[in-house]
Amino acid sequence: MNKILKKEILTDKIHMFEVEAPQMAKKARAGQFIILKISDKAERIPLTIADYDRERGTITIVFMEVGKSSTELATLNEGDYIECFAGPLGKPTEDENYGTVICVGGGFAIAPIHAIAKAMKQAGNKVITIIGARTKHLLFWEDKIRAVSDEVTIVTDDGSYGRKALVTEPLKELLTERSDVKLVVAVGPVMMMKFCSLTTKPFDIKTMVSLNPIMIDGTGMCGCCRVSVGGRTRFACVDGPDFDGHEVDWDVLQLRQTAYIKEEKTSMDRYMSEVNKDGSRGDI
Amino acid sequence: MAGLKTAKSVSMRNQEPAERKKNFEEVALGYSEEEALTESKRCVHFAPKLLDDGRTILCCPERPCTKGCPVGVDIPDFIKAVRDGEMQKAVDILKAKNSLPGVCGRVCPQESQCQAECVVKDAGDPVEIGRLERYVADWELGQRKKSPLKDLKITPTGKKVAVVGSGPAGLTVAGDLAKNGHKVVMYEALHVAGGVLMYGIPEFRLPKDVVMSEVEYVRSLGVEIKLDHVVGKIITADELLESGYDAVFLGPGAGAPMFLNIEGENLNGIFSANEFLTRVNLMKSYLFPDYDTPVQKSRVVAVIGAGNVAMDATRCALRIGAEQVHIIYRRSMEEVPARHEEVEHALEEGVVFNILTNPIKFIGDEKGNVTEMICQKMELGEPDQSGRRRPFPIKDSEFSIKIDAAIIALGTYPNPVIPETTSELELTRWGTIKTDENTGRTSRKGIWCGGDMATGAATVISAMGAGKRAAKDMDEYLKNN
Ligand SMILES: Cc1cc2nc3c(=O)[nH]c(=O)nc-3n(C[C@H](O)[C@H](O)[C@H](O)COP(=O)(O)OP(=O)(O)OC[C@H]3O[C@@H](n4cnc5c(N)ncnc54)[C@H](O)[C@@H]3O)c2cc1C
Ligand SMILES: Cc1cc2nc3c(=O)[nH]c(=O)nc-3n(C[C@H](O)[C@H](O)[C@H](O)COP(=O)(O)OP(=O)(O)OC[C@H]3O[C@@H](n4cnc5c(N)ncnc54)[C@H](O)[C@@H]3O)c2cc1C
Ligand code: FES
Repeated sequence: MNKILKKEILTDKIHMFEVEAPQMAKKARAGQFIILKISDKAERIPLTIADYDRERGTITIVFMEVGKSSTELATLNEGDYIECFAGPLGKPTEDENYGTVICVGGGFAIAPIHAIAKAMKQAGNKVITIIGARTKHLLFWEDKIRAVSDEVTIVTDDGSYGRKALVTEPLKELLTERSDVKLVVAVGPVMMMKFCSLTTKPFDIKTMVSLNPIMIDGTGMCGCCRVSVGGRTRFACVDGPDFDGHEVDWDVLQLRQTAYIKEEKTSMDRYMSEVNKDGSRGDI
Repeated sequence: MAGLKTAKSVSMRNQEPAERKKNFEEVALGYSEEEALTESKRCVHFAPKLLDDGRTILCCPERPCTKGCPVGVDIPDFIKAVRDGEMQKAVDILKAKNSLPGVCGRVCPQESQCQAECVVKDAGDPVEIGRLERYVADWELGQRKKSPLKDLKITPTGKKVAVVGSGPAGLTVAGDLAKNGHKVVMYEALHVAGGVLMYGIPEFRLPKDVVMSEVEYVRSLGVEIKLDHVVGKIITADELLESGYDAVFLGPGAGAPMFLNIEGENLNGIFSANEFLTRVNLMKSYLFPDYDTPVQKSRVVAVIGAGNVAMDATRCALRIGAEQVHIIYRRSMEEVPARHEEVEHALEEGVVFNILTNPIKFIGDEKGNVTEMICQKMELGEPDQSGRRRPFPIKDSEFSIKIDAAIIALGTYPNPVIPETTSELELTRWGTIKTDENTGRTSRKGIWCGGDMATGAATVISAMGAGKRAAKDMDEYLKNN
């Protein structure tokens, strides 16, 4: 049982929780994730550790409402308890001093990329961060990103804020202009990570991505999270979630993510009809 | 022989196959009082035998069943207590050696352990020791429900122990050490305690109520259970020792699933048995959408392997609606490692056994769903190290089976998280933790290990037995240090 100390709606459908977890906060590192479960009948869902505060003993998660579990999670409030909160899971991002590192984050992944940029900065790197969203009001944490980066580029699909571009465009320009970039880290939707990897490939620059297959236990026990990397099957929850983007079989990841689309819809439709019936959630 | 009135044992009532394959309720219904009494009378250990010179001796003085039991339960004594109607005494005799009789009575491979040695077997069926054990344990559970546990008088020793993993090994160590007055904190990675007993073995074979009462019992002894704590991640075994624990027991099982490593294995519809069983049992996906975790409903399911795990997977697949379920096994019926009862139950429920068959490739459609499995026929050659005859592929024997799901039940290996994060811990070449069998000691002072993590995937009773031995050694260590 972990208490939600703070809740913030960052933008449309993206929420932030600061969760009391002192022991976990001591151990957490960028790139790792937690698995939570909010009730007896709920599923276990993985969320990246977006930030942690060792002194205050908190773990920050940022999540987007996409289906039943995340939508239900968003109904919890400050002071509520999360029934199960396990972590830190997975291997941390390797935050050595590489020299210059480009961090790319899109959508809700602006949050996890913040944790990684912060760790890279603390490790002594020059950090260039590119963040992107569909439109202006979906952007968040610009100030937090600026605070841990040496340079920041912001893009939106519709040009309503920052540059009108996809994240791959400034990425490519940076790689063309600069010769000191030693590492690119990309976190976000599969398509974004795939195209970032394709962009960096001709420059032969190591590119780490954070894979998000469907998971259950998150401890290496079920193999549900298996991904194909460099021709080998790996378990994202224990061998990752960070992998070399140039080696990832993106098709396998994408197809495996869709394994339960039908059931996810059933679950969401049922939930929404219940919510509408008892009116317990006026805000959706 | 005086006691040998009937060659046939009292059979146990089961739910009808046609009915039970549609539900998750327990298949084997257990003995009634009368049935248990009748069966208990079949044990001839205490029956006198008249010798030619007029002396009488015991019919079965050697107690071969007790020797066949991995933890040496005094079997003839507990059976006699049942016969004499002294149920509490029967419980005490069982519990002196086995802390989980309700579980073991249901899932032990009795036919290759105690019952394999029973002398009554020479004249017919062996005494149904497992069913009697279950009868006694269920009686005791009933008593516990009626009158909650009395507070045991435990004198605290001031020593503190961390137990990692809450499977049969961990539960046993925790219970025994708590009874000896040590403060025990148990760390469990998942959101429920019980290990494989909760996430692997299905409800219809081992009701979760039975497991939960054992967990509650351990809790009632003062053991603190920290769920959602993955040791090696939130805290390492090293840190446990540094932070004030006097000893650590590692019982994390051998939970990592093996795959075939053949083409197409990452298609949708292909699961490890662990994933499939975890979805169904732990996450209760058979009740989806009431419970949130889904499981794929398939028409034709192939289960690769033929151990207990494979049998559980086939029978769960039937229960969530599969029309056809196939076992694919590369050896012959004779080598099938599952308990006899499980194979029988699976056959009764309509599972098809494809023996001497080995999968070599999976094929899928454009959506990434498995549609077909290519297999080859096998034949058996000379025995290998395991003593079983080694299977060889027959040339040009490939054939295809149309399937929409495959469940890989080839076994599991130790999860490296704990070994990788604990210093000075010697491992074997199979990745298990090097452990002294008699004491559970590892190469690292202050750390013990037992269960599947020490032996590789084995049985509930062996994990429980290892827990007993380790607890005894740990208790001595704690008293002297
Ligand atoms: C390591 C990791 C880190 C993640 N970090 C974040 C994060 O920081 N913020 C965030 O918003 N999301 C994150 N996700 C994704 C998040 O877990 C899913 O959005 C969530 O599980 C969806 O559940 P749902 O019921 O709301 O949606 P559903 O309708 O059930 O599913 C929507 C989609 O989410 C994915 N998904 C469904 N169930 C799971 C599951 N059990 N595990 C993983 N993915 C699943 C599927 O691809 C599915 O198509 C992460 C995923 C992984 C694997
Ligand atoms: C489907 C199935 C059917 C079976 N059927 C039978 C049967 O009929 N008869 C029989 O005798 N045996 C059977 N077995 C085998 C038997 O269940 C195991 O041998 C036994 O459970 C091993 O006990 P254990 O205590 O070593 O570990 P487990 O039962 O595996 O428990 C280990 C526990 O430790 C936890 N853990 C793991 N890593 C960590 C960590 N880092 N930190 C904290 N906790 C951790 C796990 O989550 C788990 O709860 C079956 C196994 C399976 C999978
Ligand atoms: S989520 Fe089960 S092994 Fe990774």
